[in-house]
Amino acid sequence: MTKKNLLLTILATSVIAVFAIIALMPFFFLFISSFKAGSEMIRNGLQFKFDFQNYNLANYALIKTERDGIYLKWYLNSIIIMIIQVGAGLFFSSLVGYGLAKYKFRGRNIIFILVLMVMMVPVEILILPLYKEINSFKMIDTYAGVVLPFIVPATGIFFFRQFCSGLPTEIMESGRIDGCSEFGIFFKLMMPIMLPAYGAMTILLAMGSWNSMVWPMIVLRTSEMQTLPIGLQSLLTPYGNNYDLLLSGAVMSVIPIMIIFLLNQKTFIAGMSAGSVKG
Amino acid sequence: MSKQTNDNGSASVKTGGIKMMKVAPYIFTAPFVIYFLAFFVYPITETFWTSLCQQVGFAPPKYAGLANYKLLIDDYFVMAVQNSALYTFFTCLILVPLPLFLAVLLDSKYVVKPEIFKSALFIPALTSVVMAGLFFRYAFSSNEAALMNSVIGFFGIPAQGWLEKRVTTWIVLIVFCVWKWLGVNIVYYLSALQTIPKDLYEAATIDGANAWQRFTFITVPCVKPTIIYVLTISIYGGFSMFAEAFTLFNSARTPGDIGATIVSYIYAQGFNRNNFGIASAAGISLLAGVLIINIIQLSITDPVGKNDE
Repeated sequence: MTKKNLLLTILATSVIAVFAIIALMPFFFLFISSFKAGSEMIRNGLQFKFDFQNYNLANYALIKTERDGIYLKWYLNSIIIMIIQVGAGLFFSSLVGYGLAKYKFRGRNIIFILVLMVMMVPVEILILPLYKEINSFKMIDTYAGVVLPFIVPATGIFFFRQFCSGLPTEIMESGRIDGCSEFGIFFKLMMPIMLPAYGAMTILLAMGSWNSMVWPMIVLRTSEMQTLPIGLQSLLTPYGNNYDLLLSGAVMSVIPIMIIFLLNQKTFIAGMSAGSVKG
Repeated sequence: MSKQTNDNGSASVKTGGIKMMKVAPYIFTAPFVIYFLAFFVYPITETFWTSLCQQVGFAPPKYAGLANYKLLIDDYFVMAVQNSALYTFFTCLILVPLPLFLAVLLDSKYVVKPEIFKSALFIPALTSVVMAGLFFRYAFSSNEAALMNSVIGFFGIPAQGWLEKRVTTWIVLIVFCVWKWLGVNIVYYLSALQTIPKDLYEAATIDGANAWQRFTFITVPCVKPTIIYVLTISIYGGFSMFAEAFTLFNSARTPGDIGATIVSYIYAQGFNRNNFGIASAAGISLLAGVLIINIIQLSITDPVGKNDE
């Protein structure tokens, strides 16, 4: 019995380990490459060959010096946009998702089908008319222009709706008996048990915002207003030491989103039966 | 408000409560409805109108009927549609079952230090597509000593010019996509697995169910809404794939259009050539295609949950 368990443990852990190594490989190789001249990677591709004596921090010095620290401006822009987008997105999508899951009302299924419709339409189709619309609001080259068209994320609504469907309705009933208003029930009773969903959605929305490229590329015109992905992508021209900053900049750009992930990881994979109705 | 109704006795609690219960869902869902009208209905209508017009650059549009749709059917567009459809098919084939299997493994007691592996598997999703595109371009470089060529060289397969041929290009893109989204789907499944009461498994074990039976009769039905969700986002993600191909080639156009997707077609027509009419016609065609798939999927999987009530 224990021998069988040991065998299973070794087998399961090695399967997972193989996938984990593949997952980390790009990060590892780009990290290694960031200590060498970018031109070398362009010429030879990435290789299983490490010449540690040639490594230096020259690429990282460019973060502060290149074009008066333009990289750090991109960094700040990305952080501000992410905070607004994630905060508003969590609030609105949990509100709507909860409403759709926990109330029976006329038009519920229609609204839900509309949510699915929004989810399946690629943003890229709407980019031109959205650009005209944001332009008429005088929001080109502003944070608001980047955030507004995605302020009520349909994927978030879908996720919260699926999540809330599985939550016990007894909590709402007992809240009503205790004299809570419908909004009181949502904010005081339901939100706390929805924490695992908030944890997951924070990570997913933050990722989407931090790495989104196509829409910000169109709204943000001046280099000072741009976000990290657009800024980094603009370095993909074979002039000067662009590739050097690209490598160190790409490595550095992962840090904030990594922190958000590590902070939220525990809440969202934590046991969620705790605190809700038992039996 | 709630306190007041409390003082007025049980009858008014009931009527007041019921009134609130009827109004509340509309207030809860109002943000979406407003958003939907402003940032969905309006732009879609605008796109539809543009698709019927001859418009180049920002010149005033001229009504042109279905001319744009006729111009649409060329080899480049057909190639893009084929590419997107195959890409979506293969990514769904991998990205729906594989992460469920890995999530179940991670959730079992057989994996040592599962927290570390969960983080590791999720890291690709955190990495920006610019960074990942850089990696895949130079890992799949045609250089004989480059990563992928030395791996296949180990098995005696000759070095490939990965991004020069259509089949290998799409292998790279599918690997790229699986690499990027595997961890996200694992997280969806993991958080669904947490909601399954553990005593269900214990009862099943006592009744003599083996691991496979517990998986098919408890795990799968319990995470069914999540499976549907993962399938849904994989289909939509597949058809709207663009950034991956864009960063891999650093352009919306590729040599011989081997890396063309429907969205890169729209982008190239709209933003590189300023053919807004044709770009909009392609957009509306994509919309129609995805709608059809969606209706088929809705009728099979029933995510609205009519049958559950």
